[in-house]
This record gives sequence, structure tokens and C-alpha cells, in this order.
Amino acid sequence: MMELLGKTNIDFIGKRNISFVISSIISIIGIIAIIQMARGVANMGIDFTGGTSVQLMFDKPLALADARKALHSGGIAEFELQEVKEGNKLLVKLPRKSALAVGKAAEIVPAAFVKAQPGLKVTVDSTTEIGPSIGEKLRKDTIIAVAISMLGIICYIAWRFDFKFGIGAVVATLHDVLAMFAAYYLTGREFNLLFITAVLTIAGYSLTDTVVVFDRIRENLHKDLKGSLHKIFNTSINEVLSRSIITSLTTFLSAIALFVWGGEVIHDFSFALLVGIVVGVYSSVYVASPVVLLLEQRAMNKGESGAAQPVKA
Amino acid sequence: MPKGAGWRIALIAAFVVLSCIYLVPTLSPNLPEWWKGMLPKDKIHLGLDLQGGTHLVLEVETAKAVEGTLDLVATDLEDTLNSKNLRFKRISRTGSDKVSIVVYEKDTAAAVQKLIKDKYRDYEIIPTVEEGGMVGVALRMKEQDIQDRKDKAVAQALETIRNRIDQFGVSEPVIARQGINQIVVQLPGIKDPQRAIDLIGRTARLEFKMVKEGVSPTGGAIPEDSEVLYEKHTDPTTGATTEIPLVVLKKALITGDLLTDAQVRIDSQFNQPYVGIEFNSLGARLFDQVTAANVNKRFAIVLDRNVYSAPVIRERISGGSAQISGNFTEKTASDLAIVLRAGALPAPVKIIQNVTVGASLGKDSIDKGLMAGGIGVALVIIFMAIYYKLSGMVANLGMVLNILYLMGAMSALGATLTLPGIAAIVLLVGMSVDSNVIIFERIREELRLGKSPKSALEAGYDKAFLTIMDSHVTALITAAVLFQFGTGPVKGFAVSLSLGIMINLFTSLMGTKVIFDLFLHKGNVKKMSI
Repeated sequence: MMELLGKTNIDFIGKRNISFVISSIISIIGIIAIIQMARGVANMGIDFTGGTSVQLMFDKPLALADARKALHSGGIAEFELQEVKEGNKLLVKLPRKSALAVGKAAEIVPAAFVKAQPGLKVTVDSTTEIGPSIGEKLRKDTIIAVAISMLGIICYIAWRFDFKFGIGAVVATLHDVLAMFAAYYLTGREFNLLFITAVLTIAGYSLTDTVVVFDRIRENLHKDLKGSLHKIFNTSINEVLSRSIITSLTTFLSAIALFVWGGEVIHDFSFALLVGIVVGVYSSVYVASPVVLLLEQRAMNKGESGAAQPVKA
Repeated sequence: MPKGAGWRIALIAAFVVLSCIYLVPTLSPNLPEWWKGMLPKDKIHLGLDLQGGTHLVLEVETAKAVEGTLDLVATDLEDTLNSKNLRFKRISRTGSDKVSIVVYEKDTAAAVQKLIKDKYRDYEIIPTVEEGGMVGVALRMKEQDIQDRKDKAVAQALETIRNRIDQFGVSEPVIARQGINQIVVQLPGIKDPQRAIDLIGRTARLEFKMVKEGVSPTGGAIPEDSEVLYEKHTDPTTGATTEIPLVVLKKALITGDLLTDAQVRIDSQFNQPYVGIEFNSLGARLFDQVTAANVNKRFAIVLDRNVYSAPVIRERISGGSAQISGNFTEKTASDLAIVLRAGALPAPVKIIQNVTVGASLGKDSIDKGLMAGGIGVALVIIFMAIYYKLSGMVANLGMVLNILYLMGAMSALGATLTLPGIAAIVLLVGMSVDSNVIIFERIREELRLGKSPKSALEAGYDKAFLTIMDSHVTALITAAVLFQFGTGPVKGFAVSLSLGIMINLFTSLMGTKVIFDLFLHKGNVKKMSI
């Protein structure tokens, strides 16, 4: 029998104060990212803001400064340039308020380059133009989608376990989601629909680990009615630690293939998945379980003091 | 053979056969004739992000269609009142749902009202108002009729756009209505997206209007019955455009809906392409009358409020054909002919979303996606084989079954595979062995407790069952939500993911189990390779 980890006996719960600090920092960065998105200062994809993005491929390398000059002389005043990692490619983003009519960008933008540098061969890789009403609808739909999935997950976990586990699972899921926002924000990646897709996927997926841990905790709670909660939680996590890691490892392996070989379009998407998968393992051990423990202990204390009160009276 | 294994094997085998049959149309482009008769024809479609193409969302400005109808009513009323010698000061559309008529006398107002009542039964008559010696009469379109008109406008626009695309020549276009006033157009594999977008987005309202002579378009007052339109000239060598203003009468004498045909022709003298048009009998008669009455005057050929040309009428033109010349290239002339043949849109459309992916990027995406998928599968297979040995190979077999079933199901549903969809499949590869990992770890635990392989297996599957259920249901919840709200590539992702999750549940709880059962059912296996 090949084993990644032998029998472990790590005091996960005992380190919860450290992990709570780490988790809080991650979550706060995630929240900052969301606030920055709402303020419109984060790197937002045009799916949400509306506007135009044109990805161009040139037959020879083009310096960013030259590209900037070309666009300016082509009469395009407001734009954002983003280098694409592969090939001689460039992403030009035009804000919604710039006066280009929808349906025209694929003509005007490459024309500006050809005019500034005759002889340059420009191919339009892709064009995305989003009118304001669509952007708004997508934003609204996304918020609804995230809300409904979260609600669905809470309901299901609350039904399958109990309310305290439900809360633990949701806190852990939220933590994973925030971590993905934080990672994207810190690396300056573009928040777009694909990112939201990755977030929702991870929201569903990271629960797998949490459920595995919860199942074991519940099983051990039934088996050992007298042991301290602290000990039962620790044993449970240690017992399922290797499978938590291996299940995530297999998915991590396929996601890393996407990240390395999947091409530019899903590069960032797979990055989000990788972050989500790793954080998912961490959170099922260090977030979900401690939160449930906290709630259980609080309920117990309350139960004891509640039972004691009538006697005093 | 263990109890119940027979029908489980049969089920698995049946699904394998079904998947293979459903996959045939996807994998082989040319199906023999006998296949088409009775066997499935649906195949997995490639999303626009993989084969390149354009996805457009158009919004029909339906309010304009209602206004257009009311403008027609106003013109018609004007003619009727004139022919009945009823004197009026002004007839015009007011607001978005009314036509107002201002007359001088009460008697006339009453006569007009009677006329409206007879002629426009579907309209509401607004009580007359007297103001400054004038009497105002108005009719309003009913709310229900307005909605009908708007609805029809979208349906007409859809039909017209379909016509244009058919004539332009795009294989397998998708043209569908979305919501109240939107039309989704998908043009897979299109080579010249910009040209197609121009062609679709054009209103193509053709009008023949008389040029108002003796009025300067630049200075001075423009008469109330006239307007200034522009004739654009593009210098073919420099590309510079100049605009020549022209005062024309607002009222169109002939409109494009009287056309029967439009074709590109080449002018033999200047070797310049132009568009020859043919009128129907009513149009021919009108054209004949108009040209007869206006010899030596200029008339303007106006398309979407741009003057194409404003020739002088040399002589009466009978026979019902005319030509539109301008600075055409072969392409622009052929596009104009297409839109004229397909007819005008009942209202202007606005492009509110345009996602175009070039064919080379699409090719690149599919190649890389498949390669990443292959590598992902290989990595997982190697890991499982090393870590769980023979049992790992069973899990790998389950994973291969999973992929086969998923592809078969997508093919059967005629689903669309997008790049995120490929990502979902790769992700599923990881997730599908997850279930087995959970089961195997459980089995190992039971083995450590000293159980026999057979009972360890039973206990492992039993105890892992709920955990696997739970994790699949939660993943399915989010996948379903993504499916509901996603569009395009995201929807493709959700389709692959939700199908995959359901199939995975089947293969992990049933598919791999039966293999173990076959090996272990006798109970004399001493050691399990796990």
C-alpha cells in the first residue's frame, strides 16, 4: 500500500488561531478586490463594464509605445493596452463611453495600426463588443447566479447535516471564493465571465473536501459520545487528511494541464481553478471544521448555562 | 458471477454501445445513406470560440416601427383630406402613439372625426380640443395594437435578417429571437465578419425623394416639407470622404417595398458596378408617373437617410426598372443588392453585443484544449496507477467510461462544445477519480481493521456512498445555476459539467464496483491491490 502520508496526528484545531488570522487576511483582500471592482478600479473585463476589446495579431513584434502612438494617431483617444503572453499579440480595450459605434471596432482599430505602420500585417484574433444594456444584464445575472448557488448549497448542507455544519460549509466556501478574488486582484488578472464561472465551479467543487471531513466528524461524534470535541475534530481531520489531499491532487493535476498547455483563452480561468482547488483543501481543514467546532462549543455552553439557570432560580 | 452483476454489466455495456453509436456522426463527417435513415444524426457542435465566428445580439428599436406606422397613417390622412377638399393646417405624428390633425373649423373637425371613425376603426379618437381659433383632432393607437406592432416588427426583422444571411451565404447560421425585442445571430466560421455585421445591421430603407430646387441647404430656412440629407463621396485613392448636403422633400414618392428584384450590374462605359432594380407593377406605374411629371428635375435615391445619387430625370421612364449608382466596389454593390432583395427592416436594429473569434484563434484553442486534456488525463492515469495499483487502473477505466459516456450524451443532445466546455471535461477527469479515491481510502481503512478484501470493499462502497452523493449534489447545484444564467461559452461549460457530474455518479457507484465484484465475489482473494 503506497501512502502519501502515514498515520498523522497533527493538532489542526489547536492552530486555529493562526489559521483564523491567515484566513481573515485572505478574506479581507478578497473583499477589497470586490470593493475595487464595484468602484470600477479593478481590472474588469468588458463583459461587465460594456465596451469593446479587440485582440490583434501582428506579423512582427510591436512595442507597446508604438502601439499607443498608432492608436492615438488613428483618432482613438481612450484605450487600454494589454500584452498577450503568446505570439505578437495585443489586446486593445476601449471603454464604453468612447464614441465607437458597436460593430465598427474590428475595422477602425486595425486600420489605425496599418496607417501608422504601413507594411504591418494585422490579423483580428477576436472582437468583443458589449453594449451597456448587456453589461448591466450580465452583472445582474451574475449576482443572482452567485446568490442562488450559495443559497442552494446552504440549504442542501443544512438539510444533510445540521445548521451548524451548514454555516461551516458556507463560511468555508465564501472563504474559497474570496481567496480566488484576492489571487486575481493581486496578480492583476481580468475579472470577467470566465472568472465567475471558475468561482461558481469551485464553490461547488470545494465542498467535496468539506463534506468528506464533515462526514467523518459526524461519524466520530456518534461513535465517541464522551470524548472532547476538540479531540474528535482533530482525529477526524487526521483520518481523512490523505484523501482530502489526494482528491484535490487529481483535480489539481488536470487543472495544471489546462494552465500550462490549455492556451491563452483559458489560462487565467485555469489559474483561478488552481487557486480554488488548493484553497479548498485548506479551508475544509482550517476554516470549515473550526467554525463548526466553535458553534458546537457555544451551543453546548449555552445548553449548560441554560440548564443551570432554573436550578439557581 | 456475483448476484446482480449480470444486469449491471449489461447496462454498462449498453451505454458503451449507445455512446459509440451516438458518437459516429460527430467523428465521421460523411455518413453512409443507410445510416441517416434510422440511426442518430445529431452531433457535438463546436462553439464559436472553437471554430471561429461571430455572435451578435441585436436589439430591434420597436418604438421606431410604431412611429413608422403612425407616419404612414399621417401621410395617408393627408392624401385623403386633400382629395376630399377638407382644409387642414397640419397633420403629424405626435409623441409615440398619436397622430394629430389641426384644422381651422369645427365643421371640418367633425368631418375629419367621422372619416377617422370609418377608416381607422382600430384607433382611439381623442376628443377635440380648441385652441387659438384652431381645432385639434387626434387619434391614438391602442396599447394592444402597439404591442402587436412591436411584436410583428421583431418577427419581420428576424425574417429579413434570415433572408439576408441566406443570400450572403453562411453555413449553419443560428438566428433566433431572445426576449421581447432582441435577436441573436450566430455565424460560425465566417471569414469577413465586419461585412456580415454591416449587412445585417443595415435598415436598408430605400426611398425616392424629389430634390427641392432653389433652396440652399447651408444657409437660410428649410421649408417645413423638406429636409437636408447628405450625399457621401469617398475618394477611392485617398479614402477621404466628403459630404454634399442636399435639400429634399420629406415625403417619399416611391419606397423600397415596391421592388421585386435587385442585381449587381457593371456599367459598360466606366466599368463601374451599379445596382439594377426592378419595380413591381404598382411601383412601375408610380415610377412612370413620377418621372413623367418631373422631367428635367432632380430626384434623390436615398438609403437609410443617405443620398446615394441624385440624377436629373431626362425623360419619362416606363418599364419599371431603374439603377442605383454610387461609388460602389464589387462587394458594396453586391451587399446593397442583397439588402434590397431581402427587404428593409421594419425598424432600425442596434448591435448590443458582438463577440467575434477569428478562425486561427479558434483553431489554436481547440488544439491546445485537446492537448491539455490529453496531458491531464495522462497525468491522472499515471498517478492513480502508481498510487492505487490495480485498483487505480479500475478507477482509470471508470474515468475512460466517463469520458466516453459524456461525449456520447453530448452528441445525442446535439450539445455545443466550447473551450470552457473542454476545461470542464478535463476537470471532470480529476473529479471522476475523486469518487474512487474516497472509496479506496475507505477500503484501505477497512483493510487495516483486518477485514477481508470482499467485506472491506462492501463497507468501503457503503460508507463512501453518502459522501459521494453529497459532493456531487453540491457540484450539480452550481453547475445547474451556471447553465441557467450562462450564455455562450459559459453555458457550454455548464452543459459539460452537469452532464459529467451525473454520469460520474453512475460510473463511480456502479461502473467500477462491478469490476471489483467480479474479482472478489468468491471471497477467497487474500490480498487486494490497492
